[in-house]
Amino acid sequence: MKTQFSVAKFDQKLQERWGEVMEEKKQCKGCGGALPFVIGFVAAVIAGWVLFPDLIYSKKTQPIRFSHKVHQEQGMECSSCHTFRDDGSYAGLPTNEKCMECHADVVGSDPDEAKYVEQYAKTGKEVPWLVYQYQPDNVIFSHKAHESFECKSCHPDMSKNDTPPVYYQNRLSGYSKQTMKMWQCERCHAENGVSNACHVCHK
Amino acid sequence: MKAKEFNIKWGMVIDLDKCTGCGACMTACQVENNIAPMVDASNKLRTLSWMLVYELSNKKAAPDAEIAYLPRPCMQCGNPACVPVCPVVATDKNEEGGIVSQIYPRCIGCRYCMAACPYHARYFNWEDPVFPKGMEKALSPNTSARPRGVVEKCNFCHTRLMKAKDKARQEGGNPEALADGAYMPACVEVCPTGAITFGDLKNPEHKVHELAKNENAFRLLEKLGLAPQVYYMSKREWVRKLGDNYAATGKAGAAKKHS
Repeated sequence: MKTQFSVAKFDQKLQERWGEVMEEKKQCKGCGGALPFVIGFVAAVIAGWVLFPDLIYSKKTQPIRFSHKVHQEQGMECSSCHTFRDDGSYAGLPTNEKCMECHADVVGSDPDEAKYVEQYAKTGKEVPWLVYQYQPDNVIFSHKAHESFECKSCHPDMSKNDTPPVYYQNRLSGYSKQTMKMWQCERCHAENGVSNACHVCHK
Repeated sequence: MKAKEFNIKWGMVIDLDKCTGCGACMTACQVENNIAPMVDASNKLRTLSWMLVYELSNKKAAPDAEIAYLPRPCMQCGNPACVPVCPVVATDKNEEGGIVSQIYPRCIGCRYCMAACPYHARYFNWEDPVFPKGMEKALSPNTSARPRGVVEKCNFCHTRLMKAKDKARQEGGNPEALADGAYMPACVEVCPTGAITFGDLKNPEHKVHELAKNENAFRLLEKLGLAPQVYYMSKREWVRKLGDNYAATGKAGAAKKHS
């Protein structure tokens, strides 16, 4: 047995090392504590709340600065343009045909109206509106079933809106940021005693 | 186990004596439900066919030989074997009408439900769907596309039910009491011989209500107690017997004889 373990020697080494550690700690006073934590925390919050959303969502603006306010002031209702079809399905956004009932030619002084008439009404091209509310492919929603509710109980109140809001598109999924979320649908169904079975909303 | 009960019970009665095995139901189903054609469909373990027509034979020699065809959608069992085994509640029977749901984004592809289903009505997506160029324009908006790795099955063209309800609302009718024929899956609509009848099994005004009680009506593997909402009928006794997987002896529980 050549390598015999010596308690005394080990103890001495331990003491030496302990001394070194204490020395290092004295030199490093001020490195630890609350400050670095706070700095790190603030940096993480800024990254998560400010930088990340900018990174994940691209901002888009509507092709035409459509003013809901102006139309509402003419005494128009939501249902004047957003109509149901005969089979109870929802037509959603109006097409050129509807818009051109009034805007076949320029009737106002707004430059965006002139732009609409020139680029879309006259060429017969439909306006590529950005729809804030489009749901993913696996969702089925019936406007007819929800007809008894006011539009603005789910949609933002557009009657005072002069410039369409910015459209945020998720860069990964391609979906709009402003869609209604599943928990919102489920909560309202639960509160009103309506079934929350999967196939009520999914296809 | 007691079958789940609802006020409305959507069901089918398929007359096997009228079925010619033409396969129109299978095709209509694939179109309605956006099932992509496979590049190589020779491996039948990997094909997707929510509706599948089987050939039955009475196994007799020439003068007495007879065949029958049996279309098999999802049975929408009253007591489904697939639902309790799902670890993520991607499939459930909880909606009025009794259609067993399947939510693709929630499915994790474990395939327990496929093992549990005695009717082989469930299919697994081994590959992402690939639609030939130009065909993507003809896709149906009624069904969402499924990615690789999830299980899918027939849901009695559920979106058609939702659309029928909307139509009833528009016309001032009651969406919870649709008229006979207002809601019809694609396979029922397309069947050239009218072999498939569809409706609410509990509504006396619907044809299926009486048909399901016909003396020639039966359900597949009734002995398992899954209480399917799909009924079959045939005047031929050997067809009815095959429906419960009787052996050649005619006695239940005897050694099984595969075709």
